[in-house]
Amino acid sequence: MPLSFEQPIVELETKISDMRSYAAEQGVDLTDEIQLLEQRLERLKKETFANLSRWQRVQVARAPGRPTGMDYLQSIFEDFTELHGDRALGDDPALVGGLAFLQGQSVMVLAQQKGRDTKENIHRNFGMSHPSGYRKAIRLFDLADKFHLPVITLIDTPGAYPGIAAEEQGQAWVIAESIRRMSRLRVPAISVVIGEGGSGGALAVGVANRVLILENAIYSVISPESCAAILWRDSTEAPKAAEALRLTADDLLQLGIVDRVIDEPVGGAHRNPGSAMERVKGALVEELAALMSLTSDEWIRQRRERFRHLGEFDLV
Amino acid sequence: MALERFFRRKRPTKGDEDQSPAGLWMKCDACSAQIYRKDLVANQYVCPECRHHHRMPVDARIQLLADDDTFELWSGKLTPRDPLQFVDTKPYPERIAKVQDQQQRPDAVVTGAARLEGEDVALVVMDFFFAGGSMGSVVGEEVTRAAERAAEEDRSLIAVTASGGARMQEGALSLMQMAKTTVALEALSERRLPYISVLTDPTTGGVTASFATLGDLIVAEPNALICFAGPRVIQQTIKQDLPEGFQRAEFLLKKGMVDDVIPRQQLKERLALYLRLLRGGLAKEVPEVERAAVI
Repeated sequence: MPLSFEQPIVELETKISDMRSYAAEQGVDLTDEIQLLEQRLERLKKETFANLSRWQRVQVARAPGRPTGMDYLQSIFEDFTELHGDRALGDDPALVGGLAFLQGQSVMVLAQQKGRDTKENIHRNFGMSHPSGYRKAIRLFDLADKFHLPVITLIDTPGAYPGIAAEEQGQAWVIAESIRRMSRLRVPAISVVIGEGGSGGALAVGVANRVLILENAIYSVISPESCAAILWRDSTEAPKAAEALRLTADDLLQLGIVDRVIDEPVGGAHRNPGSAMERVKGALVEELAALMSLTSDEWIRQRRERFRHLGEFDLV
Repeated sequence: MALERFFRRKRPTKGDEDQSPAGLWMKCDACSAQIYRKDLVANQYVCPECRHHHRMPVDARIQLLADDDTFELWSGKLTPRDPLQFVDTKPYPERIAKVQDQQQRPDAVVTGAARLEGEDVALVVMDFFFAGGSMGSVVGEEVTRAAERAAEEDRSLIAVTASGGARMQEGALSLMQMAKTTVALEALSERRLPYISVLTDPTTGGVTASFATLGDLIVAEPNALICFAGPRVIQQTIKQDLPEGFQRAEFLLKKGMVDDVIPRQQLKERLALYLRLLRGGLAKEVPEVERAAVI
């Protein structure tokens, strides 16, 4: 289902495809007309996506059809081999991890996984990890360190799961531990926010040397809905909260939270997943190559420094 | 119990100097007994009737833990900025100015050096009555500086936490304080200086999911609410009743999440004992079994 502000785009796309089939059926030449409409479509997409409100970007970040973590694992990495389980509590399907090659370099890759349909969404718990997921991440960080494998994490979660078992098993404890463990990696680490960077549940696997974000992805301390429920006492004020929270890629780049914004194809990653994923691959290969010249101590130092300096305040 | 209602229970701090008839007496939140405010204060904010641990103001906490006249203030020179120009029903600077005026400090934490039964420590004490003890850039920076300075000065670190979580009005910058404070603790770790966190009512959200639960030892005060997601959020998500005592200190002790639950009257002596035990290891270092990359 298209997002509401995409309606004019979808209508134009339908019109173009109708004309195409009409031309084919009737054997008439409508090339010029179709070309004109296609140009209009490109313009319309560009204009629509250049002027999205923050709340509309939130919707793009969550749009059905947007490539998920597993899509990246299967298409931009070679020989992705999933490793299951945290060796204590179980295997969390909301956080997938394993070994793979990125353009020939072996890496450890972790991806937060939302579902691509309702059934998978239920299986993946909508991308919300239990403590087991973060324990698995910690285990894989250990393994990456031992075998000197660069770490790549793909962030896409509404947040860590708020449930009874999750709390009993120490959700806060494992998130803190995962933050600490990732900050101690003796290998280079790169994180990419591919969809929704939801609070502590995202940061737990986001303590990287370089943090990248897709153009229409978001990263926030709280979801706009929850923020609105608390500060406006009304979750339907989410559009206002989204504006106030400055959670878009450009906002985050300005604040120094992310280091690089990866452009999406015109019309958003969900309209052209293949192209979006190729762009992410290009950025990852480039960033990893740039990091390779450092030593273990330097990767740790650079990563610590990166987070040490985040924050804005004045002197009294 | 609704978390919001819970957060609004601020009476014990309604000014200890409040001499009005309404200020002299108060009702205990737990047992509803009418108690004389002075008795409560003299009893370290523990109800003389039912032993309920009321939330404790920062100054009283410091007085409880620091040896007489040894506390030296470090924090207080940093004040919040408004990097997002955040406006909800009120602009963020307006909210901050009001609470700064009310609490007489620039943000929700106080740090400093002290002696605790003679042990050199750095104290980090969060102020829940300052914007719900929320962690923004200033709180993150003060905690970070305190940890770094403690390491430099060879002090153990004691953090007394109380927080509603990350401060929404500073957006993702608040979130990043979780990583910043975590990284700051490495300085202590590398020098093998003890870090003990004391979780008090309530410790939630981003503070729980960062420095609060990274103590070498983690202790909690009786009945303190300690969680990642608050009870209301969980109830809304799962639409079920929560188990008795859920997310309270004693419950977490049973689940293996804290080292002990310590009544306030014994807190200082227990912390001192922990420090003496932890710092009384072998003078000579024993060779360490190599653990992959764990410092």
